[in-house]
Amino acid sequence: MKVITNIFGSSLGKKYLMASTGGLMVLFVLGHLAGNLQIFLGREEINRYGHFLQTNLEIIWPARILLLTVLGLHVWSAIKLSAENKAARPVAYAKWNPTAASYASRTMLMSGLIVFAFIAYHLMHYTFMVKGVNLTGTDFAVLTDPEGRHDIYTMMIKGFSNPAVSLFYIVAIGLLCLHLSHGMSAMFQSLGWKSPAYRPVLDRGAKIVASLIFLGYASIPVKCYLLAPGLTGACCK
Amino acid sequence: MNLTLKVWRQTNSKTPGHFETYQAKEVLKDMSFLEMLDVVNEEIIGQRREPIAFDSDCREGICGSCSLVINGIPHGGHKATAACQLHMRHFQDGQTITIEPWRAQAFPPVKDLIVDRSAFDRIIQAGGFVSVNTGGTPDANAIPVPKEISDLAMDAAQCIGCGACVAACKNASAMLFVAAKVSHLNLLPQGAAEKDRRALNMVTQMDAEGFGACTVTGSCEAVCPKEISLSFISKLNRDYGVAILKGK
Repeated sequence: MKVITNIFGSSLGKKYLMASTGGLMVLFVLGHLAGNLQIFLGREEINRYGHFLQTNLEIIWPARILLLTVLGLHVWSAIKLSAENKAARPVAYAKWNPTAASYASRTMLMSGLIVFAFIAYHLMHYTFMVKGVNLTGTDFAVLTDPEGRHDIYTMMIKGFSNPAVSLFYIVAIGLLCLHLSHGMSAMFQSLGWKSPAYRPVLDRGAKIVASLIFLGYASIPVKCYLLAPGLTGACCK
Repeated sequence: MNLTLKVWRQTNSKTPGHFETYQAKEVLKDMSFLEMLDVVNEEIIGQRREPIAFDSDCREGICGSCSLVINGIPHGGHKATAACQLHMRHFQDGQTITIEPWRAQAFPPVKDLIVDRSAFDRIIQAGGFVSVNTGGTPDANAIPVPKEISDLAMDAAQCIGCGACVAACKNASAMLFVAAKVSHLNLLPQGAAEKDRRALNMVTQMDAEGFGACTVTGSCEAVCPKEISLSFISKLNRDYGVAILKGK
């Protein structure tokens, strides 16, 4: 019991929550990227992958519940810590030089909140398939491929055929990766796993992995946007 | 050289502060920053006005009294240098220099550039004691300590408790100070007996004093006049985590 009160009640405990939930979400971000990159393999592969996830409820629902809990804890600790951090300096400096502090490290709350808003849009766009938000006039929920599966391939290409939507995705992914370029290294520090021996590897590694994640994710709307003119079928006249 | 100083003036913690502008004339490049302020104060006193109040004691970089944010950087941004050891040769003729106190909820203002850093003393007190057996003088080397460990403990023990880490941190976090104080005892066998209790109590006191949390920006390490490493914060995170997992 004391462990719980110490974790939720202390600043260090909240940082443990922040770091561990952040770490789990990084694993999701990598897995989600690997899954979605199958758009490059073609309609069959991505639709088969989507069908596999959607029909295996025993996998998808525990994963969704875990992710929502983890996201909730991450946001809760971020808001709580930010409020405490703000209260710790009531009078600001007139002249301020953020010595050694990277842009990413100083803007974690802002990049995080914008990414949070993006997640809400992304869920409405492709998970709940709210017709009004995709800005194409097509109902993504009714798209099916010749084998009767949900046609994710067409949905993605159609969804990213709108340049404004694609651009928003790329900007949001950029902010996520800015967030990760600091967070993926800082989480090791918060959990007490960063020693001088690993420090340069972790600091540089976080930036490299964040850049790769950005390239990976940004390639998807770009690829879909380029494929859009060739799209044929009932939905896409 | 001649300089323009924008100095924070505040009568006490109950009155709001403001900036006042002073001219520092004929400043010698070999003066320390505090000596330059002494000269400016001489002139202010000559005009029968209240001199600028600032903390100082040893003026050789080991007491941790000086606490000036110079042009937005605690201690002025010269590597491993406290404000008292900062020399005027690092400034240019005609430059405007902004001088502010440490700004943190846990460091309430006393007067002008002086803040009350008793919060640090209370954190040290919360750390408690080190068990030392009384009796005859112990034999030398009765407790073997590896050289690397004693060096590391000495690195942490270098902290002079000036509070520049708090002043530089965007969250006014005292993690580097607490990490240094916890580490220099926790690393050594003499201090290891109270390791868990020390980490727990000092962190609890740190939170109670109203310091912010660590965002790992690295500003504290960059301005620390004793170059305390950020890795001690990682060690504090580990020590505290181990202590709470033991249900302490």
